[in-house]
Amino acid sequence: MTMIFGVPVAVFMGQLLLGLINGAFYALLSLGLAVIFGLLKIVNFAHGAMYMLGAFTTLLGMQYLGVNYWAALLLTPLVVGLGGMLVERVLLRRIAHLDHLYGLLLTFGLALIFEGSLINFFGVSGARYPTPDALQGGYQLGFMFLPKYRAWVLLAAIIVCVFTWYMIERTRLGAYLRAGTENPALMQAFGVNVPLLVTLTYGFGVALAAFAGVLAAPLYPVSPTMGSNLLIVVFAVVVIGGMGSILGAILTGLGMGLIEGLTKVYYPEAANTVIFLVMILVLLLRPAGLFGKEA
Amino acid sequence: MNQVAERPAAAQYREHDGVDMLRVRDLHAFYGESHILHGVDLEVRRGELITLLGRNGAGRSTTLKAIMSMVGRRTGSIVINGTETIAMKPHRIPRLGIGYCPEERGIFASLDVEENLLLPPTVRSGGMSLDEIYAMFPNLYERRRSQGTRLSGGEQQMLAMARILRTGAQMLLLDEITEGLAPVIVQTLGEVLLKLRDRGMTIVLVEQNFRFAAPLADRHYVMEHGRIVEEIAAAELPSKRDHLHTLLGV
Repeated sequence: MTMIFGVPVAVFMGQLLLGLINGAFYALLSLGLAVIFGLLKIVNFAHGAMYMLGAFTTLLGMQYLGVNYWAALLLTPLVVGLGGMLVERVLLRRIAHLDHLYGLLLTFGLALIFEGSLINFFGVSGARYPTPDALQGGYQLGFMFLPKYRAWVLLAAIIVCVFTWYMIERTRLGAYLRAGTENPALMQAFGVNVPLLVTLTYGFGVALAAFAGVLAAPLYPVSPTMGSNLLIVVFAVVVIGGMGSILGAILTGLGMGLIEGLTKVYYPEAANTVIFLVMILVLLLRPAGLFGKEA
Repeated sequence: MNQVAERPAAAQYREHDGVDMLRVRDLHAFYGESHILHGVDLEVRRGELITLLGRNGAGRSTTLKAIMSMVGRRTGSIVINGTETIAMKPHRIPRLGIGYCPEERGIFASLDVEENLLLPPTVRSGGMSLDEIYAMFPNLYERRRSQGTRLSGGEQQMLAMARILRTGAQMLLLDEITEGLAPVIVQTLGEVLLKLRDRGMTIVLVEQNFRFAAPLADRHYVMEHGRIVEEIAAAELPSKRDHLHTLLGV
């Protein structure tokens, strides 16, 4: 059997793929965090809860309304995103003029409320969401077996990341967003409705998290705590990539997933801590993050 | 009764239709607890170029910011083109046809020159096209792919002005546009202002450089302690020059 540094190729590639899938989720979530932080300057602690709500909405939508996976892929981000816009409009806007730490506290509180209420109704054990029929099975690539659904998750996440990057870096609306991040007062003086831009941005960031939640539903157990477990790692990813950098969030997300996967192959004991080790290293050498600009 | 003698001095200098583009009455502005403007009264007729002169801290920049609703709180009356704006949402005010160029220029670092130019939304039809703007500011064309903040100070100032010409704004509020610039660039800016005035733009100029402003303006308002203390028409300037120098402390 072919080996790579003493590890069978199939095992190596399998872990690499798992790492890449995890990385895709890191990328989607840290991207949303970066977009929100850029304009609102709020570290959105409710992001994990929004991801979890995405998965739950998908599950409950199927169970009670018969919404299938493909419809959920579109509807869930819309519904959860609208919920996010409501949160911004009703809660976050009221404290926008205060220290940004209050935003962090508020979103953290919201996350606890969402999680707590769902635990109350559904417990913590979690439920399974079936893999859609069209994505059952997989491809035998010779050196490894590639499940169709995992390939799809990777593809969908990359498409959405590239789409988001394009929207922000190459379109007029994205230019509003970038400029609004730098100097919102001047954007108002140009006639741009900045409060609306803020609401839409928060809604979009939340919708990205919810989209990740839909992708995750057939892959991981859908449980109220699925988001908070992931979010800690995602925050580390954001710190490594640099707050507020779009491309940085995407590349760091995928890269950290890969590093985590590789660590699982060669030194599994460190798999859960390797990202934090990288974070410490980056903070020592480049405090603003790999892609961040020095303040 | 002699009609001509009754007309205000500014109108003798250049023809205006006499319609107020901007009328400010008893304007007070606050940043938190600090009371900056203490009842500013001024009016600008359509097609006029006026300056706000005064020492640092007299409230000239704050007056422009208050017109754009960029201060903490403001009271009084600000009528733009016949519309009362004192209670208006900040992003609606520029849509009445106002372009604002801030003192710090406000060039966006995350946008290149052309993105900076295209950024402010169109507020009225009839703005200058990108080609016209590049013809007026050839430097900007050459550097259109550069990051906005990589430009020289003079180029950044041109960019800050050029981008509000595209929007179709009929009144420009320009804050200290010559500050810190080389004489040759100041001269270019003077020529640009004359071209804009000839196109019928209404211009409010906050200016430290009196020698730059004097030949351009129809009227001058002098501010002190958050109030207008003197209004001088261009025709009165020679006789009031000494008085003005005392006011400005130059």
